Amino acid sequence: MFWILLLVIAVVIAWVIGAYNKLISLKGQTLNAWKQIDVQLKRRHDLIPNLVNAVKGAMDFEKETLEAVIQARNTALRAQQQATPTGGVQALAQAEAQLGAALSRLNVVVEQYPQLKATANIGQLQEELTSTENRVAFSRQAYNDTATDYNVKQQQFPWSLVTGLAKAEPVELWEIQEPGDRDLPTVDLSMKPKA
Amino acid sequence: MSEASLFAQQERNRHRSTLLVAVFVLFFAWIGFGADYIIHLSTAGAPPTAYHHQIPFAGLAACALALGMAWFSWRRGAQQVLWSTRAWELVNAATPEEQQLVNVVEEMAIASGLPKPKIWIVPDDDPNAFATGIDERHAHLAVTQGLLATLSRDELQGVVAHEMAHIKNYDVRLMTLLAALVGVLALISDATMRFLWFGGGRGRGGSKKGGSGPLLAILLVVWIITVLLAPVVSRLLAMAVSRKREYLADATGAQFTRNPAGLADALEKIETAVAPTKSIKWGTAHLCITDPLGRRINAKQGVVANLLATHPPMAVRIARLKQMAYQYQKTGVLPDEG
Repeated sequence: MFWILLLVIAVVIAWVIGAYNKLISLKGQTLNAWKQIDVQLKRRHDLIPNLVNAVKGAMDFEKETLEAVIQARNTALRAQQQATPTGGVQALAQAEAQLGAALSRLNVVVEQYPQLKATANIGQLQEELTSTENRVAFSRQAYNDTATDYNVKQQQFPWSLVTGLAKAEPVELWEIQEPGDRDLPTVDLSMKPKA
Repeated sequence: MSEASLFAQQERNRHRSTLLVAVFVLFFAWIGFGADYIIHLSTAGAPPTAYHHQIPFAGLAACALALGMAWFSWRRGAQQVLWSTRAWELVNAATPEEQQLVNVVEEMAIASGLPKPKIWIVPDDDPNAFATGIDERHAHLAVTQGLLATLSRDELQGVVAHEMAHIKNYDVRLMTLLAALVGVLALISDATMRFLWFGGGRGRGGSKKGGSGPLLAILLVVWIITVLLAPVVSRLLAMAVSRKREYLADATGAQFTRNPAGLADALEKIETAVAPTKSIKWGTAHLCITDPLGRRINAKQGVVANLLATHPPMAVRIARLKQMAYQYQKTGVLPDEG
């Protein structure tokens, strides 16, 4: 009887250690994924002044489009400084979504100036911009995947017993809450049959 | 279908072709340790002072040989492959296309969670790409100039994702190991055949009589037959594993980009360029995006074609990817398929 009790206690302790370590490692992964987003956002924010300077001269009369981009960048920059996985993620997501929208408006305008597009510099910047947007999207995807894993584990039953011990708290996902931001207008000129 | 996390899917995918690999290893073990068992049986009835075969030297020697060959190709493999294709490393991107390639590779490194591989360019006008290198820290990704010239950004992304998937799934390591096993089996088979041809007739027929009876005889016959068939069987098995890993890399790549249509379009474009990729040799075929020899065998489905090809039929791969794209568009979840 005594030995059985001892065995049960040993198994419980082993499980607690394992569960604790798993939660800690998930927390580490989540923070790491968050840092990735941070790096990519910084890249995006650093790129914008270059872009604005490159197009400024040629499009004096598109002032407000440029102004909107600069404004959105500054808002996003502030939101980034305040955001951590446990708070402010949604505000940052919102600000970045607005910046993305402003950038795509600028892109549409740039497309209307063939002589501007023809300079190699703009072509390079556009490629940089596309790549940066992709990087932000992919790091967001990776963050959401790990963060969901982390959140779900914290709430599932046997794991929820050790969340306090591991100081685990739910993290915010990177998503856009307001319905208006989600359904950006899509323009389909491909004439493909609708799926 | 549950929305399993990206990483759980990777984990499961990685174990997919385990069965085939297990069959391969069992086959190899039978050749090596089966020989030991036969010798053990035939020496079991010998007088106490005579030789008794207790330690499985043949099996151990075969394993050691295979490990040695695998180790050697792990050490030198990547450099050799890259050298043989006359590829040059892309360090500073000079043209817009090269910059785009660097960007796409970096994006895929983020999506896959892998370190950025070294990028190489193969001077060849046929569109193709391959990955090599033993682990994710020493990975190399090579594309031909033809690929850069033909594909759009999304298509290039699909191809790069496919190659990164090969790295993520440890396919280079797996296929190198299998190639080493195939090589050792070919050696053993060759040696056995020579032995039977030249040395077998002398003094063997008489001396084995009165051994351990019919079991020994049956085992011996079965062993000799399997050894003679080994080169063919092992190669077929390796090809089967290779094809499984191609489907898997397509699916894993789609999980990275969340855009299966990109790779499907790329494959369609690559397929129309039927010319063989001259600078990529057969040894690397299983790591390319498509069979570099341009063998028509990959184009059609059929029993023989299915057995001999390193890559699954192009039409099937494209169809599967399009199916994935369709499902993703409808449900927002990628099918968990390998």
